[in-house]
Amino acid sequence: MTLLRSLVIVFVTFLASPTFLSANEEHAASDTISRKKFNTGDMIFSHIKDSYEWHITTIGHTHISIPLPVLLYSETSGFHSFSSSNFHHGEEAYQGFHIASEGKYQRKVVETMPDGTEVKPWDFSITKNVTSLFISIILLLVIFLSVAKRYKENFARAPKGIQSWIEPIVVFIVEDIAIPSIGKEKYQRYLPFLLTIFFFIFINNMMGLVPFFPGGANVTGDISVTVVLALFTFAITSYSGTKDYWMHIVNAPGIPLWLKIPIPLMPIVEIISVFIKPFVLTIRLFANMTAGHIVALGFYSLIFIFAEKSIFAGYGISVLSIVFTVFMGLLELLVAFIQAYVFTLLSALYFGLALEKHVHPEEAHK
Amino acid sequence: MGLVMPDFGLFFWMLLSFSILLFVLKRFAWGPILQALSDREKSIEDALKMAENAKEEMLILQSGNEKILKEAILEREKIVKEARDLKYSIIHEARQEAELEANKILEQAKAAIERERAGAVSEIKILIANFSVEIAEKILQDKLADNAKQQELIQNSIDQINLN
Repeated sequence: MTLLRSLVIVFVTFLASPTFLSANEEHAASDTISRKKFNTGDMIFSHIKDSYEWHITTIGHTHISIPLPVLLYSETSGFHSFSSSNFHHGEEAYQGFHIASEGKYQRKVVETMPDGTEVKPWDFSITKNVTSLFISIILLLVIFLSVAKRYKENFARAPKGIQSWIEPIVVFIVEDIAIPSIGKEKYQRYLPFLLTIFFFIFINNMMGLVPFFPGGANVTGDISVTVVLALFTFAITSYSGTKDYWMHIVNAPGIPLWLKIPIPLMPIVEIISVFIKPFVLTIRLFANMTAGHIVALGFYSLIFIFAEKSIFAGYGISVLSIVFTVFMGLLELLVAFIQAYVFTLLSALYFGLALEKHVHPEEAHK
Repeated sequence: MGLVMPDFGLFFWMLLSFSILLFVLKRFAWGPILQALSDREKSIEDALKMAENAKEEMLILQSGNEKILKEAILEREKIVKEARDLKYSIIHEARQEAELEANKILEQAKAAIERERAGAVSEIKILIANFSVEIAEKILQDKLADNAKQQELIQNSIDQINLN
């Protein structure tokens, strides 16, 4: 308990730490100098969106960032791989490629064709989010493989260290999510997936809250990540769907016949709902995490917006901003857990629905 | 729009790495962890059940002990009673035997006394006879001390014989 509390305190301190603040300040300061005006939307989006380099801080006009590999496949010029430092923070072109500063492909690498048009190549680059994804996966593997080793050595031993942090959550997922949602007979098949998505989402959410390397990337706030997670849930749901489940979609029992014939209203609604489920999972996680980041960054932006009017107003508002951001940080800690829980719970519920056998369909709909 | 459009590169890497993560964790982490948790749960359950059984057995054992104790007490009482009975019967028998013996001795004594008495009586009779003879002798000697008297006696006796 004390450990947890001190972790939270350390975490919050970092969240409101001068490092984070100065990073923004410098960034903003250079922005104001070079682009004349502080652009809040631009600043926020550059933080929550993916990028080809891992920006750490900017001192004066010097950008400090970790260059990441760019891997491209162009239909015209073939395969390319080079460091993102060749773009010089998006200011220069390299091998006919450059990062679009605006338009449809803003912040993405595009290839300039001989006729002057910009074409997006197949982009396999190890971007900031991909790097963060890899780091989180390595972290997950290290944590769980070492914990598994301890369990293998002696199952009867009392949990210790990270194991005692993992165990209650695992038991919680097994006993309060999997068993009630899926049922006693078949829940074990789905446990590996449920446990993996829970810890994957939770770890990435938490890493997203840490404002410096190796955290700070908005992985679970990227729709590409959440859509993959939801597709896994969708695929498993569809794969484990019983005959009853599909019959229920095509021909829902207990519904008046005029809703099915001549216009198959209910079947259409049911089929849409099959696809809405993963869509909602995608959007919920993505929107929650992104919104949290946007709000926290928005509070910081207030400092610079006010500083543009008067430097003292900027300092004045900074107190309020920090208080609000700390509050947001605490809220986000809660949200990080809740979103992981909700995603896991809903996935489990969908699996449970797919496995359901309607013995008495009339009673089931009463 | 850029925010809500899935990006191909990240989608690709996520799909690949998440699949690997899922596979590796399923194979090497969740299996052992869940197995260990269920094993532990089972062992705890078994231990509790065993404790329960031991308790029951102890109760049975305890009631058995009580039964044995009760039986032992009964047995003791029985033995004591038997011993007492035996004592009484032995004493009784001894007394009877002693009485019989005493009677016998008494009879024998009586017979002996009788015999002794008869002996004594006959002895006394002999003694008296002897005494009488001695006395008679003395009297005769005394009476026949002088010849005259002897003559007289002889005369008397001849007289008497003559008479017959």
